[in-house]
Amino acid sequence: MDKANIQLDGQGRLRHFLTIAGLKRQLLVELLDTAESLSSVTEQAVKKVPLLRGKTVVNLFFESSTRTRTTFELAAKRLSADVLNINITASATTKGETLLDTLRNLEAMHCDMFIVRHADSGAAHFVARHAAPHVSVVNAGDGRHAHPTQAMLDMFTIRRHKGEFHKLRVAIVGDVLHSRVARSQIHALSTLGVDEIRIVGPKTLIPAEAHTLGVHVYHDLREGLRDVDVVIMLRLQHERMNGAFLPSEHEYFQLYGLTEAKLELAKPDAIVMHPGPINRGVEMDSAVADGPRSVILQQVTHGIAMRMAIISRCMQRGGESA
Amino acid sequence: MRIHIRQGRLVDPGNEIDDIRDVYVADGVIVGVGTAPEGFHAESTIDARGRVVCPGLIDLRAHLREPGEEHKATIASETAAAARGGITSVCCTPNTRPVIDTPAVAGLIRRRARSAGMARVIPIGAFTQALDGEHLSEMAALKQAGCLGVSNGFRPMRDLTVMSRAMEYAATFDITVFVNPQDHALANNGCAHLGAVATRLGLAGVPAAAETVAVAALLALVDQIGVRVHFSLLSTTRAAQMIARARHEGLPVSADVSAHHLHLTENDVLDFDSLCHVRPPLRTLRDREGLRQWLARGAISAICSDHQPHEADAKLRPFTQTEPGISGLETLLPLSLRLVDEGVLTMTEAIARLSWHPARILGVQAGKLSVGMPADVCVFDPESHWVPGRHTLRSRGHNTPFLGWEMKGEVTHTLLEGRIVYERDEAPA
Repeated sequence: MDKANIQLDGQGRLRHFLTIAGLKRQLLVELLDTAESLSSVTEQAVKKVPLLRGKTVVNLFFESSTRTRTTFELAAKRLSADVLNINITASATTKGETLLDTLRNLEAMHCDMFIVRHADSGAAHFVARHAAPHVSVVNAGDGRHAHPTQAMLDMFTIRRHKGEFHKLRVAIVGDVLHSRVARSQIHALSTLGVDEIRIVGPKTLIPAEAHTLGVHVYHDLREGLRDVDVVIMLRLQHERMNGAFLPSEHEYFQLYGLTEAKLELAKPDAIVMHPGPINRGVEMDSAVADGPRSVILQQVTHGIAMRMAIISRCMQRGGESA
Repeated sequence: MRIHIRQGRLVDPGNEIDDIRDVYVADGVIVGVGTAPEGFHAESTIDARGRVVCPGLIDLRAHLREPGEEHKATIASETAAAARGGITSVCCTPNTRPVIDTPAVAGLIRRRARSAGMARVIPIGAFTQALDGEHLSEMAALKQAGCLGVSNGFRPMRDLTVMSRAMEYAATFDITVFVNPQDHALANNGCAHLGAVATRLGLAGVPAAAETVAVAALLALVDQIGVRVHFSLLSTTRAAQMIARARHEGLPVSADVSAHHLHLTENDVLDFDSLCHVRPPLRTLRDREGLRQWLARGAISAICSDHQPHEADAKLRPFTQTEPGISGLETLLPLSLRLVDEGVLTMTEAIARLSWHPARILGVQAGKLSVGMPADVCVFDPESHWVPGRHTLRSRGHNTPFLGWEMKGEVTHTLLEGRIVYERDEAPA
């Protein structure tokens, strides 16, 4: 469905990392393997490899974020790159500077990679399309469109626990409509060949024509959880009560909140994931979040190795062909 | 100037002619069709062999940007683009700055157009003051000043009470109301069709119901009030069906569609192509087929350009922040002729939807080539291929997704009141 993939260079190597859509299974598996080998670095006493010495990575965040920005920063530093954090919400755009001008200014400072988070869907594509040829762009979340590094660290976590993908049944629960994480997870899971992807939520939070994404839609959480291997809970923003999406957090938790009792319907060895930050008592019970099947904190840890893998893959191309 | 247009295929739907006929022009009017008037001596001859001669095209909707947005385009630049596109009359939307809510602004626009002399500009007046959706404009005065209709564009009316009163007021003076049917709340600032592509790209969607709900409400008001309403830019099959039924029942309504909605779909937005960011949004393939069908059956009786020239910066932003619209004057004719090639319309039907029908919607004596009528004529080579390019467009707006498409059918001459306002550079033999 996508047009020519601007994420790849002429030789099919990763140049930008903007969306999982359009990437081949082989490439995703290689990224997972690279992350696996890099994860040992993060466990050493000296947590650094010299892969990107002399390179400058810019965290260009137009939306606030703690976890994602921090793990990207750690990932780049462990690859020995110089890291610049720019928080644009409090910077130039409030003075009327356009995104393109901001980009040109940073390029003039000879930066090698932009890690972009922006409230508008398509922003990372826009930056990539207008970036200088030597610059790589990694999407750290654009509007409701994609959050591909989060999806990859989730795949990494799933593979660590489940090994193969092809027999898995995965349920993604909650506000799929507004979730860039869910969109990227769906693309990643289907590219990696899982047996079944389910999305679960009330009709107000399920996007139009959702079946075209290759998922099965459930409105009943109990049915959606039956015999799944992986449960991914999504964050519910408080403002959804205002836009007439939901009546109350109370009713949401009653119907779509994950409790130990509902989790019984999943496979006995099912794992529970959440991209964070969690609203305890809204999308899940604390007993589940802190329980034995929760792998939520592992996701955070895996985020560093996975982002190291993605950054280094994009930059290796830059180094060779520039 | 006396001009003899020789041996062309005259396609004049208003007079039910499709035949090889000569056309004779003098003193700004048509003086003969088929046979020359007695004692006619041409000062100039246009050899139209192998070409189509038709009424100058009438475009029901274009943004000319003047006054107020001259950094995008001017009346002079865009009427020159119109002339190149074979368009001799352009309806200009009221959302200029200031808006066309006083005779002074309407007069200014007409004067600027006259002094440029490339195409006739027909101002569409504001339906409400400053398009605020709340206070009626002085419609009678606007009509006096040459506005052939009133419209609030996509700006919402406060509520249906204001809408119905404004319609009653317009009906009092026999003024046609142009509406862009879109329920503001349902559209919810979306920028793509609510469907598979918006879902995939995570773009806020405009449901088809935003259009059909508005059409249903407006048709109910027309039924009650009897006002003449023209629906601009239909984008869904369902809305076209509703218009067809209403027309069948005898309601005084008409509708048009933009040339781009007849060729593009939501899939063209994939890859966040901001050149395909338009309002109403490009819809499904099924909608495109439905629009084509209802265009062929006549429920949609006109094709417009919905010309919206932009400066380059307006499209150089993340998709959702880009300004909607396509620069379309110069591709209106070839995109319509493409429908002839694809078997959707006959040549006569296509030309009718670009000239005779729009003239009837506007209620003007134009859009046909009868003796005594102003000599607004378009001559085009139906077999000539050309490719729109950034540097070959006359419009100041280069924002079109059709750059690089192979177009078939190229205007060779445009006459406005008997004057040649555009002539294609002939390649040296």
